[in-house]
Amino acid sequence: MTDLTPFLKELLTAPGLSGYEDPAAEIISAKWKPLVHEISRGNLGSLHGLRRGTGTSPRPSMMVATHMDAIGLMVTGIADGFLRLTQVGGVDSRVLPGTLVTVYATGAGRVQPIPGIVVLPNSRLLPPEIGLNPVPLEYLFLDTGLPSRKVEGLVQVGDLVSFAQPPLELSGGTIAGHTLDNRASVAALTVCLEELQSRPHVWDVWAVATSQEEIGTIGATGSTYELHPAFVIALDVTFAKGPGASDWQTSPLGKGPTLCMGPNIHPALYKAMKELADRLEIPYGLEFVPRHTGTDGYSTQVVAAGVPTLVMGIPLRYMHTPVEMVAVKDIQRAGRLMAEFIAGLTPDFMEKIVWDD
Amino acid sequence: MPTFGNAQLKLLEKLCNASAVSGNEGEVRKIVLEELKGRTGDVRVDALGNVLVTCTGSGKKRLKVMVSAHMDEVGFMLVADDGEGFFRFETVGGMDVRQLPGKAVLIGKEHLPGVIGARPIHLTTAEERKKTIPLDALRIDFGPGDGKLKPGDRAVFATRYQRNGPVIIAKALDDRLGVVTLLELVKNAPPNIDLLAAFTVQEEIGLRGAKVAAYAFGPDLAVVVDATPANDLPSWDDEENTSFNTKLGLGPAIYIADGDTLYDPRLVRHFGKSAQSAGIPCQFRQPGGGGTDAGAIHKARAGVPSVSVSVPHRYSHTAASIARLDDWKNTYALLLASLKHLTPELLASDRA
Amino acid sequence: MKKLIQKLTETFSPSGFEAGIREVIRKEIKPFANEVRVDALGNLIARKGSKSKSGLRIMLAGHMDEIGLMATHIDANGFIRFTGLGGIRLTYLAGGRVRFMDGTPGIIGTDRLTDLTKAPSLDQCFIDVGASSLKDCPVKVGDVCAFDRPFVDLGNRMVAKSMDDRIGCAVMIEAMRLLKTSPHELYFVFTTQEEVGLRGATTSSFGVDPDLGLSLDVTATGDTPKGSRMEVALGNGPAVKVKDGGMLADPRIVSWMIRTAEKAKIPFQREVLEGGTTDARAIQVARSGVPAGCLSVPTRYVHSPSEMVDTADVQNSIKLLVKLLGAPVVL
Repeated sequence: MTDLTPFLKELLTAPGLSGYEDPAAEIISAKWKPLVHEISRGNLGSLHGLRRGTGTSPRPSMMVATHMDAIGLMVTGIADGFLRLTQVGGVDSRVLPGTLVTVYATGAGRVQPIPGIVVLPNSRLLPPEIGLNPVPLEYLFLDTGLPSRKVEGLVQVGDLVSFAQPPLELSGGTIAGHTLDNRASVAALTVCLEELQSRPHVWDVWAVATSQEEIGTIGATGSTYELHPAFVIALDVTFAKGPGASDWQTSPLGKGPTLCMGPNIHPALYKAMKELADRLEIPYGLEFVPRHTGTDGYSTQVVAAGVPTLVMGIPLRYMHTPVEMVAVKDIQRAGRLMAEFIAGLTPDFMEKIVWDD
Repeated sequence: MPTFGNAQLKLLEKLCNASAVSGNEGEVRKIVLEELKGRTGDVRVDALGNVLVTCTGSGKKRLKVMVSAHMDEVGFMLVADDGEGFFRFETVGGMDVRQLPGKAVLIGKEHLPGVIGARPIHLTTAEERKKTIPLDALRIDFGPGDGKLKPGDRAVFATRYQRNGPVIIAKALDDRLGVVTLLELVKNAPPNIDLLAAFTVQEEIGLRGAKVAAYAFGPDLAVVVDATPANDLPSWDDEENTSFNTKLGLGPAIYIADGDTLYDPRLVRHFGKSAQSAGIPCQFRQPGGGGTDAGAIHKARAGVPSVSVSVPHRYSHTAASIARLDDWKNTYALLLASLKHLTPELLASDRA
Repeated sequence: MKKLIQKLTETFSPSGFEAGIREVIRKEIKPFANEVRVDALGNLIARKGSKSKSGLRIMLAGHMDEIGLMATHIDANGFIRFTGLGGIRLTYLAGGRVRFMDGTPGIIGTDRLTDLTKAPSLDQCFIDVGASSLKDCPVKVGDVCAFDRPFVDLGNRMVAKSMDDRIGCAVMIEAMRLLKTSPHELYFVFTTQEEVGLRGATTSSFGVDPDLGLSLDVTATGDTPKGSRMEVALGNGPAVKVKDGGMLADPRIVSWMIRTAEKAKIPFQREVLEGGTTDARAIQVARSGVPAGCLSVPTRYVHSPSEMVDTADVQNSIKLLVKLLGAPVVL
């Protein structure tokens, strides 16, 4: 891909909250259509793109899972024209006051985007014990500024709310905005598919933009069951070093994607990818995950009779805030590394995915 | 009566999107001076950066009426370079630190984007989430590129102006609403008074521009045009909200008393009556804390009878505030109606 | 209908020990089912009708288990210490009565409490069945009991223990009775072990392998003094679930349910529940994923021994379920 940024920015404009991924799926589908042979939606809304390999039928297939759903908020009630909220996916309510959002109002029989702000009421309107402490989501409101009778005609319980922070190009080839988790990985998978246009590959490739990752890696479970790939690569964002995040769980921004190792990952897949990255001199970081990777890979590994899984990460700062930040070159490297890996898959590759005890 | 249309909204948009942190008001000053170009009246910039305009009227026995609106806004100053594009920063003007994490900012004259991030929720504990993130744990992250920024640079919230029907959402509505209003007053100055317009600086850090402007003008009376908070949200326990300050949709708010000023009752009455006879909705701001430039002006020289008329708006001093178009239009209408009928007789009797 | 609800709610069957309620329900549904079976986890699975050209295989799930207690230790004086089965609310324990599967009644007592402003912990509670020694205590470690509270008919409202989710079972049974024709192959599944983690629904949804799933369960309300914030209220009709603590209902199912209710002029409310989830979550993630939703009966005081529902809400839930199942589904 010549310039990744316009596509990435387009991806960030689509709401596509968990369970309601259609707006994101449409953009991704349009981009992928020329890059794959077949495209369809799974039962739970995941987007399945199939790129057939050059091997003789029956060909083995692998799956790359990148979730496309976004975290956000949902309307739970209306009080004097102000909207009460709950979260869709994990949101730290400390980042919400003053956040610009869009309400997708459905009360008037069609979806109507309305701009609004998540607001912190004056302390006199809050339980006195809160003082200057953070205010729990149950006491925050969403204000559209519209008069209350107007709001009551437009908005109803269950309406979705997404962050409205427009994407920003920051210095050093970085980009900031909401939902880079995990549209950054969707972009990386797109880079991979583009690379594969000129790289013959024996295996069938399922490019999957999964649904409902943020509320329990749900879409990936169904897709893995339906497509039964021989192995899965789950690509998701991971914690980049930055203010408030510097411990062992974090990786440097702009120094390449990460490879995870731990119980969630098949060691032979990890080893194969690591050796390839070394050979190609693509920079990468290592992530040691002693338990749950918190990615689609956690689910795909235990679908049906079990599926060998590899988990890769793109370092991202300020995860689950409206100003997540990634380095564009990390996205490109992740996509390229994955394409090289796929192009190098031999028909008997799975014979090497064994327990080297 | 002249009212607000597209031209004023365009100007408001331009002014809200400009960066003018207290002490660094140049960007707004430039727009104000451009707007004043070719207008009658004497325009000057004083030692602190206030823009002072004198519009001499044509009637007899004219009062010298100072009308002020502040150009500055709350914001940030970069104070230390931590390397790799991270900067420590301080707030300029009263801000709740709980409003800062997760926001985008624009830095310096070139409006370069940066973000104030927060530790990912995944890495926090439930106990940690009950604590406010202190300012010294926050950084402005500009990205790891080569250093175009330096300590001393100012930053503002990156929020861009938007309008949704009757609703205006923008940063710095406090007090760009006042700045546009005052510019319109200058363009339509009533002939019965000498209008002394002060576009002031450094309001947010202690009414410092207004203090010297009032001294320089030495007016007979002063009217301050500001934006005042509307805390008209429901109370957490569904009890009646008795401390809303002002409410959106009820029109301009006339001040009776705030933390700095007991407003001149003769002027308060005059403005209230003017609203009534002109059929303009208005409200009296609940007496309480807070303050406007009047706090400095009414104590200038030998004292200046003062009043404030403000546009109600929600979420002052945060990334995004909300005002209603009608409240703003009515503020302008009330000012015009009141100024038109200002006569020396009003101040002939003693203050109550 | 009320007789049926009384019969269902006065049966004692905590999670994992559903034999009693299973037999009661089996008897009720037998005349209306083409086939009835019980799977390895004890789910009662009844098929009604078969798939026509315009039909789907639809799974309805209402759980027949209820929350309960399990004995963990009998002391020398015959007092029983216990643990919870499902989401026990500590505030409702002390002074309550229970009944073990063999019919043994008991009351819940507490240790001497130093702070009467706080609910006692599970460790501070015991069951007294009137025994005076370990030897004459009829309860053994591992025995289970459920809360004992009779059904009360308040006219417009009904109160009972285990409305959660015998009311869902009642709605399903009544719908089976009333449903004359359907283009669908319907599986009415009375599930087990919901209260301990949707375990019955997990296996039965794999087994049934439906095209579409709907759970029938209770949901909380926000209509009591200083209660939790929630828009659902008793008497405003069945609740169409949009979201709960564990699931986002499939938006296609939500709009199908709302369309059907609107067309049939059945009152309904949109439900966003902050905590808890239902069997629908398990159905949703079965195999390659199943579009799933939930029709909820608004219920006050969920997981107390006195759960309250509105009679009209129950009737409207039955009506809506019959409407939903009687016609082809367009998603």
